[in-house]
Amino acid sequence: MASFWSYWIIILTTVTIVGISWVLFANRKREQQPTDKTTGHEYDGIEELDNPLPAWWFYMFVISIVWGVGYLIVYPGMGNFAGAIGWTQVGQYEKEVAAADEKYREMRDRYLALPVEEIAGDPAVRKMGMRLFANNCSQCHGADAGGAYGFPNLSDDDWLYGGDPATIKATLQNGRQAAMPAWGSIIGDKGVADVVQYVLSLNGRDTDAGQVAAGETVFKTYCVACHGPDGHGNTAFGAPNLTNGIWLYGGSKEQLTQTIRAGRNGVMPAFKDSLSEDKIHILTAYVYGLSRK
Amino acid sequence: MRHEAIEKNIGLMIILIIVALSFGTLVELVPLLFAKETHEPIAGLKPLPALELEGRDIYIREGCNTCHSQMIRPLRAETERYGHYSVAGEFVYDHPFLWGSKRTGPDLARVGKRYSDDWHRAHLNNPRDVVPESNMPAFPWLFEDEINAEMTGKKMTALRRVGVPYTDADIEGAAAAVAGKKEIDALVAYLQQLGTLLQTRR
Repeated sequence: MASFWSYWIIILTTVTIVGISWVLFANRKREQQPTDKTTGHEYDGIEELDNPLPAWWFYMFVISIVWGVGYLIVYPGMGNFAGAIGWTQVGQYEKEVAAADEKYREMRDRYLALPVEEIAGDPAVRKMGMRLFANNCSQCHGADAGGAYGFPNLSDDDWLYGGDPATIKATLQNGRQAAMPAWGSIIGDKGVADVVQYVLSLNGRDTDAGQVAAGETVFKTYCVACHGPDGHGNTAFGAPNLTNGIWLYGGSKEQLTQTIRAGRNGVMPAFKDSLSEDKIHILTAYVYGLSRK
Repeated sequence: MRHEAIEKNIGLMIILIIVALSFGTLVELVPLLFAKETHEPIAGLKPLPALELEGRDIYIREGCNTCHSQMIRPLRAETERYGHYSVAGEFVYDHPFLWGSKRTGPDLARVGKRYSDDWHRAHLNNPRDVVPESNMPAFPWLFEDEINAEMTGKKMTALRRVGVPYTDADIEGAAAAVAGKKEIDALVAYLQQLGTLLQTRR
């Protein structure tokens, strides 16, 4: 703070304290006992007594003023004067954080040193994991990890990018960017319709035989690169298995048509810059444990 | 004491009351208007680009700030959940600031990059689709309505007048930057940049 404003605050605060003290004492009555004297006001025969302020009230004011002066000596308030105990808001916060670090460090180091598979069943880890999940993951994946339209279910054993601890951790740290291209302009409306029929046939659903055959040709040309020759997907690209009836964007004919025509580009945000290593480790164990009940 | 002179002269009483009350403002508020901490942007802070600026106006229009604060206090319970506490330098280009004072929903000061764009769109279209227990209203009209590109440059000019350093190029390019964009695009763009300059690991 510029010294002008520091003096501005000091002077005005001092003037205020002196001013209210003066008002309090200058208005104090000489006689401390109630008398019958009135203020001279009279309204329809009702008069106003001119008694002194009750002692408890008067001393409350005095105590408040003394408290205020004491506060300004101990805590920062008078411009650039830092206060006798050097308190700052950020200092208090940092102390709070340091105390928590100290308290939890031993536990964090212990869990961080153990492999995910080993701690996944630990009740304490599951409890912490649940809290972390609720705060950081549940908005997309649901409080029960059951997922939502466009956001994968984490409680089943079907994984887009793989469900081993190292992959789950990599997903948490670096995020994921799905890249299903829009095929509408490449394979045309008929191509899309045919492939939809072929994908439905992979799941044993009612289909048009002629379209399935045409769809298979298109599938083997374009889709096979990521989803594999038999449609079982590939975790290296996050390409889903198209044969198990689990659909991220819905499995109706219309939804499949939309997915193939316009593509899908789901994003999992990266957490390596916002969550500490131990929290990611515990979250990994929690998510890993979800599908292994 | 001359009580009577004051009590029977309402004009004088008003003036004296204002003088008495103004001390708090003069001491606690006025110095901050001139303090360096409240005027110096933090490193990397830039005025909002055209689309994000329109998004901010939609945020205000829809009253997001009545249920969502944008102010993380320096308390461990808050920084554990939301990230680094808010600092004055992050808000120097905000006119008006949107700190809010009520959290029916969570704080949004650092919501940027926390969720995907798809999530924001699904959530704003109908919050219950992604968060079943949510009581936030749905905003489906944001997907229909287009930004009025004519106004964007004028808004920037007005903000420049109160000290936001928009360049002439920013203002000239504003209409083109938002042309044809839907309101949802603007709002998501605004949300995705919130608080991203101060990143710490929780």
